[in-house]
Amino acid sequence: MVLSALQLGLLYSLLAMGVYISFRVLNTPDLTAEGSFTLGVAVSAMMTVAGHPFLGLLLAFLAGMGAGLITGVLQTKLGIHPILAGILTMSGLYTVNLAVMGASANVTLLDKQTLFRILIKQLPFTKDVVRVLVGVVLAAAVLAVLAWFFHTHLGLCIRATGNNEAMVRSSSINADRIRNLGLMISNGCIALCGGVIAQYQGYADISGGVGIMVVGLASVIIGEVLLGRKGVTLGLISAVAGSVIYRLIIALALSTNIFPTYFLKLISATIVAIALCIPTVKERLHVAHVRREGKRRA
Amino acid sequence: MWHTYAGRENAVLEIRDISKTFGKGTVNEHTALNHVSLKVENQDFITILGSNGAGKSTLFGAIVGSFLVDSGSILLDGDDITYLPEFRRARRIGILFQDPMKGTAPDLTIEENLSLAYNQERRFPLSKAVRKSDLALFREELASFGMGLEDRMKMKVGLLSGGQRQAMTLLMATIAKPQLLLLDEHTAALDPATAEKVMAITVKIVEERHIPTMMITHNMNMALKTGNRTLMLDDGEIILDIDAKQRDGMGVEQLMSLYSGKKGKGMDNDRMLLSV
Repeated sequence: MVLSALQLGLLYSLLAMGVYISFRVLNTPDLTAEGSFTLGVAVSAMMTVAGHPFLGLLLAFLAGMGAGLITGVLQTKLGIHPILAGILTMSGLYTVNLAVMGASANVTLLDKQTLFRILIKQLPFTKDVVRVLVGVVLAAAVLAVLAWFFHTHLGLCIRATGNNEAMVRSSSINADRIRNLGLMISNGCIALCGGVIAQYQGYADISGGVGIMVVGLASVIIGEVLLGRKGVTLGLISAVAGSVIYRLIIALALSTNIFPTYFLKLISATIVAIALCIPTVKERLHVAHVRREGKRRA
Repeated sequence: MWHTYAGRENAVLEIRDISKTFGKGTVNEHTALNHVSLKVENQDFITILGSNGAGKSTLFGAIVGSFLVDSGSILLDGDDITYLPEFRRARRIGILFQDPMKGTAPDLTIEENLSLAYNQERRFPLSKAVRKSDLALFREELASFGMGLEDRMKMKVGLLSGGQRQAMTLLMATIAKPQLLLLDEHTAALDPATAEKVMAITVKIVEERHIPTMMITHNMNMALKTGNRTLMLDDGEIILDIDAKQRDGMGVEQLMSLYSGKKGKGMDNDRMLLSV
């Protein structure tokens, strides 16, 4: 159980890092995630069926970037509110995803050569170890590339745009283009995650992305509660850590048998709500404390 | 590179008869700029006075391209920039606002903010954001402020005071040597001592780097003391343009009588009168 939580946590850390980019680096809650995750699932599954599991992952990443670009253009060039822009892309993608999956809601990868099956055959380890290894390698590779990227000039421009867009707008940086690029990278990671998950679980489902935004947010926030909010590299690391811990919490919650499996999304939403309200609750408690002290002295 | 050739014919900035009306056809219709023409020469450090709503900030907005003007044209060193988007003008024009929070990214470090300003569009996008070779220059520039910022290069800018942030913004706006520097009451939100310090840094930078500058202020004394030329705007028009010779020895009283002579009424702007 712990092993499967570790596998899921590592694989889903790509999602967490993607959400971290839009939510923290760009400072925009981007709901495209729900659609782009499933887009990745669909593309990767269809390519695996066609016998190209690795190419499938690459295409999933590119497709996700395309989805991010659409949301970006809606936001920047067409002036649609970021939340609404994400919702529009997400719901438009539902049709696209169905089309990719050949108008069927499910695609099975049973007895197809997925990335995991290929590696399990090649490597001298047990199934579960291979799956963990794939997770470790993928998470580390994406983390390393992103950490490098956000310390390049272009990456710095993205961070500045998310941090003080007014400043970037009055500088010679094309803020619209930078914002689009940020959303493309974010959704690319999210779709890549979907692509890996499809091959991991061995099927694609049109509703695979429902609630995935909350999963990503939960990971990011749990990571921040643990490691704090400092630089962008530490932020990405904490997103990965948060993703693993989130899966452990879920596994624990489900293993107690208090909750049936279908409680998953409610538990996730509750975790996010609690984590998001901690600063406000702390502040309220502090104010109440000051008032009490003041009254006692008076 | 725009400053190298001798015997230049073009003014740094030439504004030809620009007008701007906001909210056309609504009850809020307001003509912020009314047929304004102006030439800024290479050695100019112009101070700009005017009451609220006189069109000072709108003039700056038109120059940097926050909006497009309704008519007229704007030339920067001979190039027509009237319809150029804001970010394309930004490399050549630096601007500072009253709010010290506006010009810096709080979650980025001092060196990251400076690198961003210093390397705009001139580098391969995937090269390292902060170059070691730039740091010596940054440190030297910051040290000249006497604020101790040079020893805190890895500190987040959000932790600095308003005055320190404004000094940083000033450095960011000038480090890549713009052709024109616009200062929109950039010391107005600071306490008097800090304002004085930032003002001293401003004059030093402008003089050392020979950057043509326009500065909006509400302080008439400061306007007459600083730079070489003073403009006064009123109701979207330039009503006074006083050069160094005329300004010499001119006091606030004289300036006010010049104003009332032009407008046929006394000055009724509390903020300007109180800051005398």
